[in-house]
Amino acid sequence: MRASAGQGVAAGDIVLSVEDVSLGFGGVQALTGVSFDIRNGEIRAIIGPNGAGKTSMLNVINGFYHPQSGRITFKGKTRSKMRPYEAARGGIARTFQNVALFKGMTALDNIMAGRTLKMHRGVLWQILRVGPALAEEVEHRLKVEEIIDFLEIAHIRKIPVGRLPYGLQKRVELGRALAMEPNLLLLDEPMAGMNLEEKEDMSRFIIDVNNHFGTTIALIEHDMGVVMDLSDRVVVLDYGRKIADGTPDDVKRDQKVIDAYLGVGH
Amino acid sequence: MLGPILETLIGGLLTGVLYSLVALGFVLIFKASGVFNFAQGVMVLFAALSVARLSEFFPMPIAIALAVVVMIALAYAIEFLVLRRLVNQEGIILFMATLGVTYFLEGFGQTVWGSDIYKIDLGMPKNPIFVLESVFPGGLLIDPSELIAALICAIMVVALAIFFQVTRVGRALRAVADDHQAAQSVGIPLNQIWLMVWAVAGIVALVAGMMWGAKLGVQFSLSLVALKALPVLILGGFTSIPGAIVGGLIIGAGEKLAEVVLGPVLIRMFDLAGGGIENWFAYVLALMFLLVRPQGLFGEKIIERV
Amino acid sequence: MLYREAGQFKTSYSADQAIFSIAQDRWFVMIVLLLGFVGVPLVANQYLYTEVFIPVLILSIAAIGLNILTGYCGQVSLGTGGFMAVGAYAAYNLALRIPDMNFILVFALSGVVAMLVGVLFGLPSLRIKGFYLAVATLAAQFFLEWAFARVKWFTNYAPSGSVAVGKIELFGFAIDTPDRKYLFVLALVVVMALAAKNMVRGRLGRSWMAMRDMDIAAEIIGIRPLNAKLSAFAVSSFYIGVAGALWGFLRLGSWEPLAFDINRSFQVLFMIIIGGLGSILGSFLGAAFIILVPIFLNQLPHLLGIPLSTAAVSHIEFMVFGAMIVFFLIVEPNGFARLWAIAKEKLRLWPFPY
Repeated sequence: MRASAGQGVAAGDIVLSVEDVSLGFGGVQALTGVSFDIRNGEIRAIIGPNGAGKTSMLNVINGFYHPQSGRITFKGKTRSKMRPYEAARGGIARTFQNVALFKGMTALDNIMAGRTLKMHRGVLWQILRVGPALAEEVEHRLKVEEIIDFLEIAHIRKIPVGRLPYGLQKRVELGRALAMEPNLLLLDEPMAGMNLEEKEDMSRFIIDVNNHFGTTIALIEHDMGVVMDLSDRVVVLDYGRKIADGTPDDVKRDQKVIDAYLGVGH
Repeated sequence: MLGPILETLIGGLLTGVLYSLVALGFVLIFKASGVFNFAQGVMVLFAALSVARLSEFFPMPIAIALAVVVMIALAYAIEFLVLRRLVNQEGIILFMATLGVTYFLEGFGQTVWGSDIYKIDLGMPKNPIFVLESVFPGGLLIDPSELIAALICAIMVVALAIFFQVTRVGRALRAVADDHQAAQSVGIPLNQIWLMVWAVAGIVALVAGMMWGAKLGVQFSLSLVALKALPVLILGGFTSIPGAIVGGLIIGAGEKLAEVVLGPVLIRMFDLAGGGIENWFAYVLALMFLLVRPQGLFGEKIIERV
Repeated sequence: MLYREAGQFKTSYSADQAIFSIAQDRWFVMIVLLLGFVGVPLVANQYLYTEVFIPVLILSIAAIGLNILTGYCGQVSLGTGGFMAVGAYAAYNLALRIPDMNFILVFALSGVVAMLVGVLFGLPSLRIKGFYLAVATLAAQFFLEWAFARVKWFTNYAPSGSVAVGKIELFGFAIDTPDRKYLFVLALVVVMALAAKNMVRGRLGRSWMAMRDMDIAAEIIGIRPLNAKLSAFAVSSFYIGVAGALWGFLRLGSWEPLAFDINRSFQVLFMIIIGGLGSILGSFLGAAFIILVPIFLNQLPHLLGIPLSTAAVSHIEFMVFGAMIVFFLIVEPNGFARLWAIAKEKLRLWPFPY
């Protein structure tokens, strides 16, 4: 699907590197000594069977969980404990496995909320809502409308997202993440629970985001066909350990990966 | 000096037992339905009013039996008119609904039973007894009715614990507490379980109401006293029966001691017009505690999953 | 046909973002304002001013305040009465201890004092949620009630514990008659409601609602829980504090802490549940409803010719409010404001339903 673009970007600098990260909850070890990196401009897939620690990995990257050991370097800065909003400030955006939208707000407001970090007018200006404050509101509305057009959701902008069908909610959630203009976009199963047509639409959006905005993307996905088509490089986790890392073709042929998916001994 | 303080402590602990009893009603309902029942306080008042007024016409045992029937009917009404219609709503909506129930019951109770101060006479011994006369000059003064109340409370707790752990209904209750939908899918009838829990909580309220009523007289302010069970819950954790007991004792003893020890200090320091720190001490203590250990003494630590 | 959007095209995003984007709405608001500032003074008598208009307006401010915290930011508070008391006693002490202070400044500063206290009691919200927070705000309620009853300095050592306020003057203009009080409050209400509306539809409001709907997702788009929650507590307590000061000075004149007890907290909470959580308009509708129902109930025995004691009427009032709360939570959790929106939606299509 996107062989030509992929090779060009694969040579990019390393944006994020995960080194020897381990994470456990009580007795359960979610991640053990995982290392990999994400290069600028690529689409990086994280795959693995259920319970492999994929979502935990994303949660570590954007600061929900703090690993017991290991280092995470993002844009040249190594950090130990970071809160999710600090990750956001650093340029990491995220969508969730089971849609985490603001249910009581309209699609438009959800995406506008994604602009929060870009807006700077103080409380007094907001109270007055004239001059610079109104100009700021309109300026960001323009950006948001661009995203709305891009995702083809103009018809639902004023509907509270709680009332939208699942597929559209996923799109609005992607829109909210895009509104942050992130350097790194984490997508947790962006196509879960979608039908074929919706999956195709979502794949198209992901590729377009990567191509047009040059956004680096890390995604978790179950549909192997989709992963192989979309991603430049794939990291495979099983039982919290990395078992393979490479191009989709390499990974597909890796015996350990085949075993993990078929459930052969560990 | 030690003597009076010990006396205060014992008095506080015995009052604390009554707080525990009210808190127990909260815990039961919260465990089984996830509803934070603000109305538990007014249920105590309502139960006490029922017993007090019914005992004017019937002998006490019959009055109590009738009051049990009243509380079960009340549980049924709440389940049928309110809870059933709010299944799957967020906890905070259910909480506000119980605020509505609180207001309704305050009005309803006083319309039906009247709004004067009534007495409940359980025939408990009134004369204070003195213990440990050999250790302290004059001994320690203890109110025997409070001692009996504590004993009844202890029996209640043991009975409830057995009910929860051993019986089939108890197991179903615990299943419902863990997950409504999962419980329903294995064939546990949610509505019946809720009805049962509210009925039991009503009976717990009845016992608490009789004890309080015998002690302070039955009047409107009883529902405010019963609100003290809220800090008890925070201290003990919302889902823990032992927590409710220990929390009640700590709050009961704590606020009485605070009044005696801390009160005079505060009065001198801030030039107060009298003490009365009992009114807020429990809440502030619970608040401080929340900041250190949000899940309470015995509550389970909540791991937030993303 | 009268309420139509067709033919009104919005040509800019600023027009689309206006509060009243449909012309009929703008007319409606103009008419309401005209009625409020001109119509009411032409017809109202002292009773209507002191028992209906002034209480409804002042408590609307408190309801807007609580709605910002509970309806928009999702933090339930049972401490409204306590924070109103802070505003009232702050205003009393400011007016007493700094003579000739402009009353606009007195009320604004009492709001600021309430804001500081509110933020202090809002701090636990960073660690606890839901009912836990509700109980924590009860701590504020009982502690503040007690403090104003016991700390003699707050009441200027008044032996009875109740305080009374003197004359209120604004730019040499005495606010002493009911109609002047009404106009003063009305002007304040218009300004404060507009400010609130602007806040809730801007960045601040979005961050509150994000916190309410899903705090985890709010954090990943860069909203700091600390900022969002404490700013909601701050703005909310400011409004509630100003409402408390106005309630003391313009409605009561003299009061004791009992005027701001826990029942006041419930009263304002009920206003926003019945009026509509997360709606500025709902705050007004709820306040009007909660003030008018008891007046109506008190008239009812006369109208029906059934003799009922005041005690009985007050018990019935409790029952009506309780039942209404449960009814609204079950049938229309978004309150009157939602009913109003539905009515408008119907009108928009009327008389052709499709």
